Amino acid sequence: MLILTCPCCGVTGEETEFHAGGQAHLQRSGPGASDEAFEAYLFARENPRGVHFERWRHANGCGKWFHAARCTLTLEVFGTYSAQTTQPPQEVLDAIAKRRPGWTEGGK
Amino acid sequence: MHDLIATTALGEAGPRADRFEGLSIAENPDFALVSVAARLDRQEGLSAAMKKAFGLALPDVGLSRAKGALSAFWTGPDQWMIEAPHDSHEDLAAQLGAALGENASVVEQNDGWVRFDIEGPRASDMFERLCPLDTRRMQPDAVSRTSIEHLGCFVLRRDAGEAFSVLGPRSSAGSLHHALCTAARSAL
Repeated sequence: MLILTCPCCGVTGEETEFHAGGQAHLQRSGPGASDEAFEAYLFARENPRGVHFERWRHANGCGKWFHAARCTLTLEVFGTYSAQTTQPPQEVLDAIAKRRPGWTEGGK
Repeated sequence: MHDLIATTALGEAGPRADRFEGLSIAENPDFALVSVAARLDRQEGLSAAMKKAFGLALPDVGLSRAKGALSAFWTGPDQWMIEAPHDSHEDLAAQLGAALGENASVVEQNDGWVRFDIEGPRASDMFERLCPLDTRRMQPDAVSRTSIEHLGCFVLRRDAGEAFSVLGPRSSAGSLHHALCTAARSAL
């Protein structure tokens, strides 16, 4: 079972209390961007086996969007953090490094 | 002078009670409800004022706490509901408003909500068909917002036994009651 803690209100709940919002930290490519960049923004999504950053919404609670770092294999949650950021905070990256030594962003 | 007859949320003269094997669902109209939300940077002032006026320490995330006739439960960041028996505390909002002053926004919620008290050893058998909450693992003072039959409700665990309260929107009282009874019938 996936158990998440909402960083906005602090409630810990299981998956059905939340709504998944897909991959986090996408970069918007708008007018003036190349076709490749726009296509990647629209369609290209990571589907990793392991550490993944996602957007979630606390649908049956405070209703706020937030980000979560979790493992897609074990459902282990490394941390949840505010949606008002373009990058995972250092403490979340540290938690991942501790549990998954050798992991680097991008999965390489 | 109008001669009006008070009815419950289900439109009846008295509160409705349904009994199942190992479970009872009883409408409880005797509650006054007030929402209290701390104003910007007044969280500490609110906690202090609440403690001074009513001796009530506001509970933390997902919890409730009772003190005398009043009980408070957490509903969101810096936001609580205060409950009390209706007949003795019909003016609860006015009392709280006077005591808390500029620290909080106080809104009367009387008659906006319907409350069903659910008691019995098989209560969790019913809840597991209704909502994603794991009521078996809820602490005795736990409170959670959840959706029951698409209605945003609060589920409160009242004590260490199997006693729960469901607070839901009064305008959907009939639908909520139907959902509870249908789940109870299918579970028991």
